[in-house]
Amino acid sequence: MNSIQPVILWTDALIFALLLAVLVLVWLIRRQEHLLAPWRVVAQRPMAMGAALVLGAFVVIGLLDSLHYRAQLTDSPADAPQYSVEVLSVFDALTSELRSRQEKTYSAPLAMQLYAKEFVERDGATVRDYPRLQYGGAHLQRADERLSDITRRTLVGATQGGLASLLLFGLLAGWQVRRTRLAVGAWLAAWRQGSLNWPGRTVVLMVALLLMLGGALAQLASGYHVFGTDKVGQDVLYISLKSIRTGLVIGTLTTLVTLPLAIGFGITAGYFRGWVDDIIQYLYTVLNSIPGVLLIAAAVLIVQVYIESNPDIFDTAAARADIRLLALCLIMGVTSWTGLARLLRGESLKLRTLDYVEAARAFGVSNVRIISRHIFPNLFHLVLIAIVLDFSGLVLAEAVLSYIGVGVDPAMYSWGNMINGARLELAREPVVWWQLGAAFAFMFTLVLAANLFADGVRDAFDPRLGGRR
Amino acid sequence: MLAYILRRLLYAIPILIGVNLLTFTLFFVVNTPDDMARLQLGAKHVTPEAIDRWKVEHGYDKPLMLNAAATGSAQFTDTIFFKHSAAMFVFEFGKGDDGRNIGNEIRTRMGPSLAIALPVFVIGLLVNVSFALLMVFFRATYLDLWGVVLCVVLMSISGLFYIIAGQYFIAKLWNLLPISGFAGGIDGIRFILLPVLVGVVAGIGSGSRWYRTIFLEEIGKDYVRTARAKGLSEGRVLFRHVLKNGMIPILTGAVVVLPLLFMGSLITESFFGIPGLGSYTIDAIQAQDFAVVRAMVFLGSFLYIVGLILTDISYSWVDPRVRLQ
Repeated sequence: MNSIQPVILWTDALIFALLLAVLVLVWLIRRQEHLLAPWRVVAQRPMAMGAALVLGAFVVIGLLDSLHYRAQLTDSPADAPQYSVEVLSVFDALTSELRSRQEKTYSAPLAMQLYAKEFVERDGATVRDYPRLQYGGAHLQRADERLSDITRRTLVGATQGGLASLLLFGLLAGWQVRRTRLAVGAWLAAWRQGSLNWPGRTVVLMVALLLMLGGALAQLASGYHVFGTDKVGQDVLYISLKSIRTGLVIGTLTTLVTLPLAIGFGITAGYFRGWVDDIIQYLYTVLNSIPGVLLIAAAVLIVQVYIESNPDIFDTAAARADIRLLALCLIMGVTSWTGLARLLRGESLKLRTLDYVEAARAFGVSNVRIISRHIFPNLFHLVLIAIVLDFSGLVLAEAVLSYIGVGVDPAMYSWGNMINGARLELAREPVVWWQLGAAFAFMFTLVLAANLFADGVRDAFDPRLGGRR
Repeated sequence: MLAYILRRLLYAIPILIGVNLLTFTLFFVVNTPDDMARLQLGAKHVTPEAIDRWKVEHGYDKPLMLNAAATGSAQFTDTIFFKHSAAMFVFEFGKGDDGRNIGNEIRTRMGPSLAIALPVFVIGLLVNVSFALLMVFFRATYLDLWGVVLCVVLMSISGLFYIIAGQYFIAKLWNLLPISGFAGGIDGIRFILLPVLVGVVAGIGSGSRWYRTIFLEEIGKDYVRTARAKGLSEGRVLFRHVLKNGMIPILTGAVVVLPLLFMGSLITESFFGIPGLGSYTIDAIQAQDFAVVRAMVFLGSFLYIVGLILTDISYSWVDPRVRLQ
């Protein structure tokens, strides 16, 4: 076993800090019934819970892909190890087959032949034909075995996933039966009728679906390129999976930048009013009036100039791409706090005139304490709604920015780069559609899940919507 | 009223100054003309002389804010700030890296941008409002539920895919419309149809869902109950009362983007090869033509502020309860 050197990129550190913060928040919320109540409402919605499970699957992949390391070079001595310049992640290690099995050029999904004709040697003569792939379907003897092999693998994978979910269901049922002190039959009946206090059927079905899909994909991917290969012969499934982390980083870290700015400026403007309010309003009107894409483009161009003129700071290509990703999050955060700040300002203007705030002030409570004890907790639902609503928009924005050329590093795996690289392929004859298709499928799934989850959260937290549904 | 508009216009000046200072800082202080020259010239040709020549060619060879070598008012006017940033207040944008006058380019490119953006805006508004009204009419039924789900699904598709799918299916596969291009006059309509169609479809999801919430908020109000109590039919209530009042936030929300339509849409124009301001901006970003990007930033913020003022005016116009002081 070779030793490894862990690498902590900036975005990795921030992602795990964020994860820690979320866990602390969960722990705090669990202890307070009034904070827990709206989450119970969310947990009762089948659509929101189904979406949350899909999001969870994405997050797990993203987190695995955030544990980076550099492998030891095989020929370096054990006492003075040298490490590869290539930064890998735990996810890469788990999918090393996908990563390393590179073909020559394009091949269609689940194909066993290349997409372009070449001169191949056959029975002593040179003929022009589609050559066999090096890895995809390489275990097959004849072309007519392919369909039955694919069907068999799909069924085996789905069955494995189904068995795993059955096992999970058994464990869940056992745990629930012990907790609720129902008889096993009674609990099963309640589960089947959907009369539990959580959407049991949806959750179980969704988990089963995800596991079966994952199982089938894993079975197929071990013998084929499920989404084909791209121009340089890389597996498109692998690229799409790697892009998940980029999407998640942009969706979450940008919000991390936005929040302090929006909360700080919004509440101080609304609470203190007067000249503070004037300055902050001026600030966000100025920022707001600049077209967002242009401001981002200008800032990204500047970061690019900085990186290019200081190449010695970043030792690996991954570090360089990572700092550009972080800069993109920072820039998008700085340009997008204005909407939430305006909302929070308006609400704090209203809150500051309420009786309990007046009373606190009459008792001589300091401004900082009033804001932290009385104003902020009453604005928290707005902040939360904004976080979940913004997420999907940011994931979509990444694609557009990468298309314009001011998004993430061109060498980074991202759906935007996939679309950008693939959009001219539709003009080829015959059409190369699988890169676009894969980027579309992954992005759509993530954004749809995020939107559905956000809807659930908003309905549960927004007091204005309380009576309607 | 006139005094109010005048004061709003005066209030716009400090904002434009702020925008100007911000862009000046971004483009000249953080990112010095030397950096720009290096980026433009490429790694091979960077010599101090080449950088200086590039700066002279583009007029960036002056001091940033204060020219100590000059005398009198030229100390302030013969600087980069005055020549390149302050000049924008009189819409003097100078030349782009290709040597063309940016002001002229903007004037000729506004037309094509508007030819796409205006139909998308108007038709999109009509379609979205109709779709929202339909959902509100069938509220709390499965039709409404699936309507909302459809909206969320449509929202979750990246705008890029609408364009790519439209170009691929309608133009390439079925040969119904040209894939891209632009022409003036009547002949140009066939080029406009596809981008407009794509633009409208791409906006349906978020637009009609938002309008639906507005109408639903309106429908819970007392005057609607009164109207129903009078015995008005549901259709009449919806069209005469809810639609009219719901249009107030919708129209005033639309006014702010009205001037920005001149800017066109970045992505749509570059995909469809429309010679508008959007594709101009994208080309400038990709060629790292800072002069053009700066001009577009200023133009965009100017139009946004015009939109804000128009919004305030339209509020008082459609809603007599709002008084301007």
